[in-house]
Amino acid sequence: MSTPAREALDRHATPWLFATALATTAPHFMHQPPWLSAVAGALLLWAVWLWWKDQRLPGRWILIPLVGAGSAGILFEFHTLFGRDAGVAMLVMFMNMKLLELKSQRDATVVVTLGYFLLLTHYLYSQSIPTGLWLLATMWLVTATLIRLHGGPSSRPRDTLRHAGLLCLQAIPFMLVLFLLFPRISGPLWGLPSDAFTGKTGLSDSMSPGSIAQLVQNGDIAFRVRFDGALPPRQKLYWRGPVMEQFDGTTWHQYKGRQPAAQLESLSPPIGYESTLEAHNQRWLLALDAPVALPPEAALSGTLTAINSKPVHERQRFRLTSSLDYRFNPSEDPLVLRRNLALPANRNPQSRALAAQWRAANAPEAIIAKALALFAADFTYTLQPPLLGVHGIDDFLFQTKRGFCEHYAAAFVVLMRGAGIPARVVGGYQGGEFNPLDGYLVVRQSDAHAWAEVWLDGQGWRRVDPTAAVSPNRIETGIADALAFGEPLPMLIQIRADWIRTLRYRWEAINNAWNQSVLGYDPQRQREFLARLGLPDADWRSLTIALGSACGLLVAGLMGWALYKQPQRDPVVRLWHQALRHLARRKVDCAPWETPLDLARRVREQRPELAEAFQRVVDAYLVARYGNTDKHLKTLRDAVARLRQ
Amino acid sequence: MMFKSTLSGLAGRPRAFDGVLEQAGRIILGKDHEIRLAIACLLANGHLLIEDLPGMGKTTLAHTLARLLGLHFSRIQFTSDLLPADITGVSIFERDKSEFRFLPGPVFAQLVLADEINRATPKTQSALLEAMEEGQVTAEGQTRMLPTPFFVIATQNPAHQIGTFPLPESQLDRFLMRLELGYPDRAAERALLAAGGQRRRVEELTPLLAPDELPALQLEASNIHAAGPLIDYVQALVEATRQNPAFQHGLSPRAGLALLAAARAWAWLAGRDMVLPDDVQAVLPAVARHRLRSAQGGGYALAEDIAALIRSVAIP
Repeated sequence: MSTPAREALDRHATPWLFATALATTAPHFMHQPPWLSAVAGALLLWAVWLWWKDQRLPGRWILIPLVGAGSAGILFEFHTLFGRDAGVAMLVMFMNMKLLELKSQRDATVVVTLGYFLLLTHYLYSQSIPTGLWLLATMWLVTATLIRLHGGPSSRPRDTLRHAGLLCLQAIPFMLVLFLLFPRISGPLWGLPSDAFTGKTGLSDSMSPGSIAQLVQNGDIAFRVRFDGALPPRQKLYWRGPVMEQFDGTTWHQYKGRQPAAQLESLSPPIGYESTLEAHNQRWLLALDAPVALPPEAALSGTLTAINSKPVHERQRFRLTSSLDYRFNPSEDPLVLRRNLALPANRNPQSRALAAQWRAANAPEAIIAKALALFAADFTYTLQPPLLGVHGIDDFLFQTKRGFCEHYAAAFVVLMRGAGIPARVVGGYQGGEFNPLDGYLVVRQSDAHAWAEVWLDGQGWRRVDPTAAVSPNRIETGIADALAFGEPLPMLIQIRADWIRTLRYRWEAINNAWNQSVLGYDPQRQREFLARLGLPDADWRSLTIALGSACGLLVAGLMGWALYKQPQRDPVVRLWHQALRHLARRKVDCAPWETPLDLARRVREQRPELAEAFQRVVDAYLVARYGNTDKHLKTLRDAVARLRQ
Repeated sequence: MMFKSTLSGLAGRPRAFDGVLEQAGRIILGKDHEIRLAIACLLANGHLLIEDLPGMGKTTLAHTLARLLGLHFSRIQFTSDLLPADITGVSIFERDKSEFRFLPGPVFAQLVLADEINRATPKTQSALLEAMEEGQVTAEGQTRMLPTPFFVIATQNPAHQIGTFPLPESQLDRFLMRLELGYPDRAAERALLAAGGQRRRVEELTPLLAPDELPALQLEASNIHAAGPLIDYVQALVEATRQNPAFQHGLSPRAGLALLAAARAWAWLAGRDMVLPDDVQAVLPAVARHRLRSAQGGGYALAEDIAALIRSVAIP
């Protein structure tokens, strides 16, 4: 037999390779630099055109400079050839270049292998259901290509696809067993190189006018929460993020130094819930105000923010408990109080004057009420506030009077500090959308919010949300109702048609189920699953044994099924195949189309010592199989026995 | 694919045609396989189309077979002005008896050599082809039976020659086999040149069969056993032609029957009482090529494509 590597490629198989290249590289076009996608597409089109016109493929003197130019372009773009983005870009580029070099069966095998590898790389970018479905379909296509390259059941695409589909279906039980039983390591299903952690949206640890308004225009999901009991009232759903105490006149920052430990007294029964946090590359967990019990890997900061030991780089599940009513640090460290009274000296004179005027005449409670009344009077809640000058708070309070939550929170805190009440800005999320289909509360980036916290003697820190004074709807029903029509909110949360909402709920419920049970299948879940199967305390050894035996059982089952499906073999054919196996062990292979007489002739040439015995087998076989009698079985049996001696 | 069974158990029957093969082989040098195919075709009661360039021995082969098989032979040279009546015959008025008398044409023979059939007009061609199909001739309202056995060996120059009317596909199907003789090999050609032409020697041949012997042998050949797996193999081959992109369309059920009949005759010639896959493979190119159209160019199926077809079908 000739080696398939040197064989020329079947012209009719080439379109399969084009389809493989397109299907495995196209999804990468969405996140690659446009020039790369354009180059890859052009290479593919060039290859298709050459094939269509039956033209000669370009020679080495074109291909080698092409490879050099492509690599240089990638190096220029990413400043490296390694890592996720550059590596995938190289693969995409080379996949499409290989199409210009499709001369032999070997080149085609390279394309198929590269195709299988490229399938994996998509998971480095997305692990969503559509990605999974697309990759399943693509795997089917690549497998069909592989089958087509090796002849396949027939040259009709339908037969090839059916054959490949059957193969893929047969692989599914193994996929499930491997998924369930393969020993898991802690961490995400898909470990990512470090350059994958860029460009995640979410709250940051500082706040300036416009920063939250920008975040709100993003419809991405920030986290999902499932409460053990009933859903708490909406106006109590404050998800606490970073607390910002330092103000430079424009921007609010977190205090980086040491904070005394928080003293928290719970005033209402604790509420347990599980939160599935999307990656945001920060350490805070966005617990419901105020967290009383945290997962072991997290700790409570002095400002009552739940802080994880590591940044959340991938979707993670946390078990939390919170109390909606609480007393927090009624006796606060004087250093902290001083920090929360500080204002930049030469900024916002008007606001400070107003605050000083209030301070002279009123008790703290009355000052707070005055400030809230000021906002309620003639301020507008909008995502598109006018620009502010150097004295931003003054401009906002006395001129523009239009702003978003960060404006109100900042202005309120400045007024409070000016009036001698310790105050600070708290960032986080407010509210969320309850999906009645799966019982999860979905909190999006568009629910991002900022509010204020004031310290009152004897009460400790108390939450005051000035936005509620301006726009009660924001807190009670959500941001979509609070803003005027035409504000730049994500389409997703603007549409209020019932059927679209139901559809969206359903899609998000499916997505969530996928996240929870497929992507969130971590060592913990695996242990739980195995314990239910009667394998408590499974370590990697028992897992390996379970995996091996499950795969063995599957193979045995599939083989049994195949044997059962196969019609009972004719004894004549069985004996003939015994003889053929005997020959094969002696390096004489029989092609399926080769007639027994031709084979006998070849045996005479290649294995003269077997010729006589085999000739007898052939004679008996031909008479028994093609003759008009069924009496020759014994002759054949004897002949085969003699051949095998 | 020359087939020569050395199998004692498979070659039990006397080989009635060995003499015919041997003598014909001495006239048409170096073409044993084609001669065997031609005889198998006649044994399977099918008509034969020989297609090649002028001077390759087509006519000689037809002559030789007629002679050796002891058949009543007539030859029609097809020309562009040949009329149907020139083949089937005409009625002439006999004055003394005052009635029309039918003068049978050359088609009323056991073996008709239709030489250069593609030189005649389609109308004349179809008169012959109808006779081949029906085994009878209808002239002037009266149907007359043709003798049995009745064979047509038609020869044809390749269609790209000037002034020819290629046979349409539907009529090609009426020929059980189509052969190309091809150039003789060096040794055969040397012998031919030395002997100085073979036409003369045809006249010297003596018939090896009595005229009424052939139908009995044909019956015998048609009763050769074809086992279930062999019929599966024929069916698989026919199905494979329908799925193979090298051909414009696949073989018809009639072609499948023809393939099996030819394979039976081939097995009978080898002295076996059963058909083997070897027999099917041996006759397949002659039976199938003119019934298939190559997807590239539209001519007859290419010999390589038939070989690839055989390699694509597993023997059951």
